[in-house]
Amino acid sequence: MEYFEIISEAITTLTVNKLRTGLAILGIVIGIGSVIALISLGQSSQQAVQSQIQSLGSNLLTVNPGSMRSGPVQTARGSSTTLTNADAEAIKTSGKVTTVELVSPEYSGQSQVTTSSTNTNTRIIGVIPEYTEVHKVSIASGSFITETHVRAMTKVAVVGPTTATTLFGENTDPIGQSIRINNQVFTIIGVTVAKGGTGFQNQDDVIYVPLSTAQKQLFGASHLTSIAVTAKSETVMTDAQNEIGYLLLERHKLKDLTDADFSIFSQQDILNTVSSVTGTFTALLSGVAAISLLVGGIGIMNIMLVTVTERTREIGLRKALGAKKKTIITQFLIESVILTFAGGVFGIILGMILSYIFSLVMSVSFVISFNAILLAFAVSAGIGLLFGWYPARRAANLQPIEALRYE
Amino acid sequence: MKKIIEVIHLRKVYQTGNIETVALADVSFTVSEGEFVAIMGPSGSGKSTLMHILGALDLPSSGTYLLDGESISNLTDDELSEIRNKKIGFIFQAFNLLPRTSALKNVMLPMAYAGVEKTRRQKRAQEYLEMVGLGHRLHHTTSQLSGGQQQRVAIARGLAMNPALLLADEPTGNIASAQAEEIMEIFQQLNDSGHTIVMITHEPDIAAHAKRIITVKDGAIVSDLQNKKQIRSHTEIKQDI
Repeated sequence: MEYFEIISEAITTLTVNKLRTGLAILGIVIGIGSVIALISLGQSSQQAVQSQIQSLGSNLLTVNPGSMRSGPVQTARGSSTTLTNADAEAIKTSGKVTTVELVSPEYSGQSQVTTSSTNTNTRIIGVIPEYTEVHKVSIASGSFITETHVRAMTKVAVVGPTTATTLFGENTDPIGQSIRINNQVFTIIGVTVAKGGTGFQNQDDVIYVPLSTAQKQLFGASHLTSIAVTAKSETVMTDAQNEIGYLLLERHKLKDLTDADFSIFSQQDILNTVSSVTGTFTALLSGVAAISLLVGGIGIMNIMLVTVTERTREIGLRKALGAKKKTIITQFLIESVILTFAGGVFGIILGMILSYIFSLVMSVSFVISFNAILLAFAVSAGIGLLFGWYPARRAANLQPIEALRYE
Repeated sequence: MKKIIEVIHLRKVYQTGNIETVALADVSFTVSEGEFVAIMGPSGSGKSTLMHILGALDLPSSGTYLLDGESISNLTDDELSEIRNKKIGFIFQAFNLLPRTSALKNVMLPMAYAGVEKTRRQKRAQEYLEMVGLGHRLHHTTSQLSGGQQQRVAIARGLAMNPALLLADEPTGNIASAQAEEIMEIFQQLNDSGHTIVMITHEPDIAAHAKRIITVKDGAIVSDLQNKKQIRSHTEIKQDI
């Protein structure tokens, strides 16, 4: 008997009871659909995070003050005050760090900001002019903090577009307006271009002030919260990381890297961390979806067992007329594979619709992975074979007399 | 004459727990090519068991069964399937056609299992259906045919592989008597053209159409006689029912 005939016969059999066939494949539809949707959701959010992090600059290194260890006591990372303006200056001018291009010492803190009519709480970053180049910040209107501002400790501020809207609304030009930060009056001299991003920190909700002003006038501190550094090229990132590391160890009079009171991150490190987090998350969700696929497979097995029982007489007749075990097994396996394969096709369509909706709601790009679709096809056919095997075997092993006698 | 069936000291015992039931005690007989044999007996006489063994649907507990010269013992399921396919044409009491399937496809089924090429299958199926007077019902599905017509499809299916033996199990049990006469006429015509037929029945009226009648009781043959008063059926097979 040719396969084409068996397949067309199987389709005829399956269309006799459409409701049952539909319900049987529903489990597979939901399983495959959710796997596809979750994989593409994971991939599109990963892409979004990656492009966001890459927009920060791919040759960027960030030095953060680390935990301080004194005997058994270890303080939280970032809480120490060991990173100073002198450290930043040394990275730039000591001559021991040769692979670094720009150095941007920063002091960032959270503060209440008010105008005559509104108030908000936002991130204040003390910066020097190099900041724009290091962090790829562009000015939409007005100008950025200058060297003169930093030296003179001027009370000027550059605001992010989100902050500008929060403080002044859509229609007012913020340049020239006054705001109060920590009850001190600052004049706005510029607005930055939106960087976008919905990640862990909104890069557009921020106020930039001169570094000296932030440290001395606003927060009364003499240390830095971070030093951002650009390497001369992406290929010397590791060298830059090492050179800065040894310089700071020496300056902080520490012997060993394990004692370091600072840490150096590259964008790649952050990217890797975020990728592995979203990857784990995607895997976890897909695992949950795979369980529903398993349940769907058991549903198929159940229906096939019912079918075998119902068609005992037919199977007996077929065997009496000369059907061999292999023929019967093939017939029933093809039926179950058609069921799961149809489920797979509808599941892929459902998954694509779901991930399209996700992409609209979460405003990420619509990614459909070709591999995921191939996998879904293979998995659905595989489930048909796996869960159809036992019922098909049972059918093939029926004794023709028992089966013919069966009422 | 070539022996189609040769049964020697056939015994079949069913074991249910500790109780042994002897279905066939000691049965020996032969059927030669071109015979039309009716096997009669009341229910429980062992004639169904005998039919299953003759049909290679079941194996004897002991004894020898040669079908068309081939020994039917120590065979696997698949080997038995192949023998049934090639050597035996079954005609069942309940017709046992595939539901929702056309007459043509039903007749084609055994040939499909034998691997006959499709267009040849179709041509032969059509010829056999015409032979049993159903040339105008090729594409009717099972449920669109009357009982007598269904049994004629089953006969065409039984003939499809040109088997050595046509084995009929109560072939008229489920159909009206007028149509039963038609079926008997087809059997006699097939027998006249050389087909060997073994028919299991408990109705003397039907058995009377055969040339030889074997009577079975309590698992043993009690009589084996040539039927000198064979009834010849002459009905006009109605083509357009």
